[in-house]
Amino acid sequence: MVLSLLVVTLAAGFSLGFVNDLTIGPKAKAKLEKKVNALKLVLPHFDNNPVEDMQMIKLEKAKDSMEVYPAYAKNEFIGAAIIGSSNKGFSGLIKIMIGFKSNGDIQNIVVLEQKETPGLGTKIKGETFLQQFRGVNISSFKMSVKKDGGEIDALTGATITSRAFCEATQMAYDAFLVKNVSLIKSNN
Amino acid sequence: MMAKRINQKQNFLKGIIKENPVFVMLLGMCPTLGVTSSAFNGLGMGIATLFVLLMSNIVVSLVKSQIPSKVRIPAFIIIIASFVTIVEMVLEAFIPFLYEQLGIFIPLIVVNCLILGRAEAFASKNSLFSSIIDALGMGIGFVIALTVLGAAREILGSGSLFGLKFVSENANTFILFILPPGAFIALAYLTVLFNKISIKTT
Repeated sequence: MVLSLLVVTLAAGFSLGFVNDLTIGPKAKAKLEKKVNALKLVLPHFDNNPVEDMQMIKLEKAKDSMEVYPAYAKNEFIGAAIIGSSNKGFSGLIKIMIGFKSNGDIQNIVVLEQKETPGLGTKIKGETFLQQFRGVNISSFKMSVKKDGGEIDALTGATITSRAFCEATQMAYDAFLVKNVSLIKSNN
Repeated sequence: MMAKRINQKQNFLKGIIKENPVFVMLLGMCPTLGVTSSAFNGLGMGIATLFVLLMSNIVVSLVKSQIPSKVRIPAFIIIIASFVTIVEMVLEAFIPFLYEQLGIFIPLIVVNCLILGRAEAFASKNSLFSSIIDALGMGIGFVIALTVLGAAREILGSGSLFGLKFVSENANTFILFILPPGAFIALAYLTVLFNKISIKTT
């Protein structure tokens, strides 16, 4: 009885270890590919490797450190992608990647993680919602929904989601302002 | 010889119609209700389950005489859990999109009572070949049920099928159907429909 269970668990353990060895490479590659694809979507054309140049930044009001991916073209700082997040989504964490040009204008935003209500909150991935953010410079823009006195049209039936999205964007912008200077300097 | 072949044909078909795991036996309700918000998700979940069911039926039927009946359930669970973990690792490495969509429901295939049910009720008592046919029948029945349910919910809830939209971006769809309550409603109507048809034909 003990022996047969031992054999079964041994066989299971060995086969799992074998498959893990086989998939560990492709798994890491798939993850990296996803990140690089997101970076390509939110940043102007770059020729460095933002993943390698990634820096962490800790803001006082944010709980966790944030990832900053600087982009350079011909050794000139052209922008940075920052992962902003908010826990105030309708179903918890919303994680987005915001690409800023070197002057702070938002180039593009990609949603990385969300668990919002399908058909309502998930529309933050939609063009209609995202286009409100493109080309916006938060220094002269109220990054909150109209209900809170801001300039963003909240999604119908998903004000909480929209609010969290704005918060994440604002947080990323704050990180960008802090980091911006040092990124340009580190380049020279 | 002839009699055996008919037997296998029935063995295969019973999983799809007479003992369909979802619409007749109402087994494996957790993934059935949880992931079928689109046809693609339903299909993906169905195929993942089919694979685990097939592999576990094969292994259980091969080792059935070696395992004392006192410890058969833990042994079956280990076998099933190993295949589920393999599926999870493979999906994460090669189909990350589907892996993200199915999320927590992949590890939960372990507790899908359909799989342990077939291992215990069928594979531990029958030959390897019969167990493979049984797993294929049951698995395909499960795939069909999940895909149909997913398609119905996707058509009503987001106005698309397999991701292809046939209504405009801002059209109002029955969002209820992609939310959890819609899963119950859609499943109930499909079960009624399925049983009505299958009673008529048999």
